Amino acid sequence: MMRKIQTPLTAEAARSLAAGDRVLLTGTIYTARDAGHKRLTEAISRGEELPLPLQDAVIFYVGPTPARPGEVIGSAGPTTSYRMDPYTPLLLAHGLRGMIGKGLRSQEVIAALKQHSAVYFAAVGGAGALLAERITAAEVIAYEDLGAEALRKLEVKDFPLVVAIDATGRDLYQEGPAAYLRQREQKIAEGGQD
Amino acid sequence: MREFDIKLLTAAVRRMAYESCIVLPSDIHKQLELARANEDGITARAILDDLLENATLAQEKSIPICQDTGMVQVHLRIGREVHFQGDPYAAIQEGVRQAYTANYLRKSIVADPLRRINTGDNTPAMIYTELVPGDRVQVSLSVKGFGSENMSRLAMLRPADGVEGVIDFVLQTVKDAGPNPCPPIVVGVGIGGNFDKVAYLAKLALLRPLAQRHSDHYYAELEIEMLRRINELGLGPMGLGGRSTALGVAIEILPTHIAGLPVAVNVSCHATRHREEVL
Repeated sequence: MMRKIQTPLTAEAARSLAAGDRVLLTGTIYTARDAGHKRLTEAISRGEELPLPLQDAVIFYVGPTPARPGEVIGSAGPTTSYRMDPYTPLLLAHGLRGMIGKGLRSQEVIAALKQHSAVYFAAVGGAGALLAERITAAEVIAYEDLGAEALRKLEVKDFPLVVAIDATGRDLYQEGPAAYLRQREQKIAEGGQD
Repeated sequence: MREFDIKLLTAAVRRMAYESCIVLPSDIHKQLELARANEDGITARAILDDLLENATLAQEKSIPICQDTGMVQVHLRIGREVHFQGDPYAAIQEGVRQAYTANYLRKSIVADPLRRINTGDNTPAMIYTELVPGDRVQVSLSVKGFGSENMSRLAMLRPADGVEGVIDFVLQTVKDAGPNPCPPIVVGVGIGGNFDKVAYLAKLALLRPLAQRHSDHYYAELEIEMLRRINELGLGPMGLGGRSTALGVAIEILPTHIAGLPVAVNVSCHATRHREEVL
C-alpha cells in the first residue's frame, strides 16, 4: 500500500516510517550532490547561513539534465548515495530529516539516522524520465556555477519512493535480498523449481 | 586509398550520442521484459515496470532515459586504406560537443580529476582506435554512466587461481557493488593481456549484443555459468531482492604472460546505452 507523506518531514513522521514502506512524497524538496554537499558542509563549518532551510528538509541526490523549452526539468533520477556519506552526519546533526538517492549507506550514516530520527528513501535509479513527471516546479537557489550540481528547490507531487533505511536503522538493502533468498530456498526445499 | 571526410565522423558521433541517451537499445529492452516476466516479488516487478515505462516515456518525449548521460566512449575500427582528411580525434570531440549542447543533455565531465572544473560541453570523449583491413570506419559509441563505472574492478590473479578464481572475483565485484550500479546490470569481463588491456577487454565486452555468446564454446559456457551464479546472489532489481541481478555477461580474452591472470570487470547499468555504425 502506498502511504502519502509531505514535507517538511517532522521527526515524528520520520519515526512512523519503516524500511520497505512505499510512499508518495509531496511538497518542497532540495537537490544537492557531490560538489553541493562539499560547499554546504564548508558553509556550516564556517558558521555561514545556508542557502536552504535544513530543519526537517529532504534532500534529493540528483543532477538533472537541462529542461527542454516549456518543460519544468529534464531527466531527474537519483544518483548513487554513498558518495555523500562523508558529509551526511553533519547535515543530519543540523536538522536534515530525509534523503532521496539509491544504493548503500555507511555505518556512520545509519547511526546518524538513528540518532537524529531521520530516513533514507530510495527512488528507482535510471528512471529519470518517469520521475521528472512528478516534479511540478524547479528553481536554482544556489551554486549556479556548478551546472547540473547546482542547488535546486523542487516542488514534487506524489513522488514515488521506498523507505530504504528507517529511523531505527533497518536497511532494506540487507533485508530485501535476504528475504528473496529465504523464499527461494524454501521453494527448493519444498521440491519446487527455482 | 579512400579519402575520408571527417565531417562524416562528427555527424555520426553527434547522432549516435544523442540517440544513445534517448532510445534504449532493443536487446536491453527485450531482456528487461523477460526479467519482468521472471520475477515473482511485488517490488522487483514494480521496479521493472517502471524501467520499461521510463524507456517508453523517454523516447516519446525525447528526454534522456537517465539523467547521467554519461562519459562518451568511442571505439573506432579504422580500415587501413582510409585516409582521414583532417584530425579524426578533433572530429569526434566536435560531434560530442554538438550532441550535448544542442540536445539538452547533461554535461558531466570535469577537465581535471582533482581540480574538478566542468568542461561545459561533455568533452572530451574517451577514444580507442584499432586498425583493421578495408576502407571503412566502424564506429561503436557508448554513453557510460558513472554509477556503474565506479563499481568496476581489476585484479591481477595468480595462474593457480584458475577459472574458479576468475568466477569468484566477478561474483565478489557484483556483490560488493550491490544496489549501487542500478541492477539489473550488464557485466563485461576481460581476461588476459596485461594491466591496461584487460580493462579495455572488459569495455569491449559491453559492446556485444546481449544475446550473442563468445565464439569460443569454452568462453560461451563460462558466460552462461557466470550469469547463472550472479543471478543466484538474490540482489535483484535496484538491489532490493529478486531474481534479475544481471541481464547479461560477456567475456573478451587475450593471450597473457606465464606468470599472470589479469581479470577486469566493467559493470554497466540496466540502461546500457550504445550504438554502432559503419561509415
